[in-house]
Amino acid sequence: MKVSYREALREALREALAQDPRVFLMGEDVGRYGGTYAVSKGLLDEFGPDRIRDTPLSELGFVGAGVGAALGGMRPIVEVMTINFSLLALDQIVNSAALLRHMSGGQCAVPLVIRMVTGAGRQLAAQHSHSLENWYAHIPGIRVLAPATVADARGMLAPALADPDPVIIFEHAQLYNLEDALPVERVWRACDISRAAVRRTGTQASLITYGGCLPKAMQAADELAATGIDVEVIDLRVLRPLDLDTIAASVRRTHRVVVVDEGWKTGSLAGEIVARIAEDCLYDLDAPPRRVCSAEVPIPYARHMEAAALPQVAQIVAAVKEMLNV
Amino acid sequence: MKKRQPTQSRPAAGEPQRLLADMLRIRRMEEKCAELYGAGKIRGFLHLYIGEEACATGAMHALAEEDRVVATYREHGHALLRGVPMDAIMAEMFGKASGCSRGRGGSMHLFDVSRHFYGGNAIVGGGLPLAAGLALADKLQGESRVTACFFGEGAIAEGAFHESMNLAALWALPVLFCCENNLYAMGTALSRSESQTDLCAKAASYNMDSFRADGMDVRAVFETVSRAANQVRESGRPAFVELQTYRFRAHSMFDPELYRDKAEVEQWKTRGPIHSFSAQLKAEGLLTEDVFLALDAAAQVEVDAAVAFAEAAPWEPEADLLKDVHGPAAVAHGGRR
Repeated sequence: MKVSYREALREALREALAQDPRVFLMGEDVGRYGGTYAVSKGLLDEFGPDRIRDTPLSELGFVGAGVGAALGGMRPIVEVMTINFSLLALDQIVNSAALLRHMSGGQCAVPLVIRMVTGAGRQLAAQHSHSLENWYAHIPGIRVLAPATVADARGMLAPALADPDPVIIFEHAQLYNLEDALPVERVWRACDISRAAVRRTGTQASLITYGGCLPKAMQAADELAATGIDVEVIDLRVLRPLDLDTIAASVRRTHRVVVVDEGWKTGSLAGEIVARIAEDCLYDLDAPPRRVCSAEVPIPYARHMEAAALPQVAQIVAAVKEMLNV
Repeated sequence: MKKRQPTQSRPAAGEPQRLLADMLRIRRMEEKCAELYGAGKIRGFLHLYIGEEACATGAMHALAEEDRVVATYREHGHALLRGVPMDAIMAEMFGKASGCSRGRGGSMHLFDVSRHFYGGNAIVGGGLPLAAGLALADKLQGESRVTACFFGEGAIAEGAFHESMNLAALWALPVLFCCENNLYAMGTALSRSESQTDLCAKAASYNMDSFRADGMDVRAVFETVSRAANQVRESGRPAFVELQTYRFRAHSMFDPELYRDKAEVEQWKTRGPIHSFSAQLKAEGLLTEDVFLALDAAAQVEVDAAVAFAEAAPWEPEADLLKDVHGPAAVAHGGRR
């Protein structure tokens, strides 16, 4: 039976709330409205307003309150409506949550989970469509996750809540309606939030990606396979700390790499990955690495312009073919 | 929420000689810090509390041991009176591993979670959302303690102040917002930064009760904060306290003080909290010069011992640089980098 990414997230929330009285969810419209993307729909009736807590439009205040509540012994899950709004809370994430443990000499623990929506593709224009995951992945002291499959949507929350430090989970807006069969429970329960995953094995190039670009990379791999080109697809899953071993192992198998990242190329996570590959396995490469990223513009509203700004399957296919001179 | 009788942290908290002794402990410690800064033993930013001691002293005596405290970068006195040993504070200023934050924080980031002291926060207003969250945790866990959050009047211009005041009032969180109004946000006078300079009026706009006290009068602070803290404890709702005070020294050690008249500073110094309280106690027959000198000498002994402790304390090994970026479980599941 297939479940949606949204339902998988909701089941994970429901389970966490049922199992641990320290867990509560707060954010804008998570309760009566049912969640902007309907992830928390129905949970208010089940768990009540103390644990499914609607907040005012105060990102700095309620994310900071999440940090404080975590310090005070709770296991808060804070939902931020969209990544662009999270910039209003950046101070509390970067200047408090991420550094309190180290700066206090190991005394403070902030076991906080922040979920937020990221990415474009729904014609929501430049203030609701950006991919700033790499800004957070730059910061020591936080773990950054990007579930790209239904199994990860179901499995990542529990280990994130068990982490003694802040974890940010990026849910790509284009994935909520993704449907897939959930693997057997043993598999999704074994969710490891330290490792990347090989989503497809291949021999001629590695497509390294995460989040909303994974379905595009998989489709590109299918199209390439139809022309006889065999590529591997790596889903990073964890954007900080990066699983460099899985990346290097793949590069050593295929000797060519294309990084697909919805962020802008300048200062991107794709840039970090290419730099790590250059440091760790440059001489395993048979061709210069390539990056398929968003065009360096604010994401526009008009459908064709938005599509033109984002990484697309055709660009990924073209990048691989150019590398292989076919 | 379960009710608990207000408890005093130590016997005779608020007792006049103890108030005086604690103000002297802060004063002598900070005077020594200024000297050690000149000697290069303490580096970074050093923000002295000299002149404002009645605020932390009165307030800390009014809080119970289980109450939580969130403070700013001008927090040496708050940490000391919360019970952080002066040795650990001084070692922290020296950057030593025996410091209360293992030398990672310095003057602006004193922490002692075992004493519910959640730090020196050097982002103006940054501690207010944390305080709301700590109080939310207590409310959800049925604890009846108070979270006291200290900040200067400069923080009132920050969005974090307004968001936190609103959240605390809206959700009935047991936060005691303690504004130490020393009239200057670094070099910017209150009247140059706020359209409304009546700070209690701001609390009223959030449906929050407010209290105001002369922050140069330690008894007034103790009595006012006691009333406010008891109200928060009993009602479970937040309250706002304005302590009107003045900083006698520069903002930090780098401040040439171009923004205020020397005459104004001298005028405030005539109301210095230590000598005015001593004079008052002597007039009431509660203090003799000999006792004053003995309290002062005891403070000096404690300071000397703290400096000796800090001098002798070890440095954190460089090998520990990455320690405590993540907790142990995270290291196990991939915290390496």
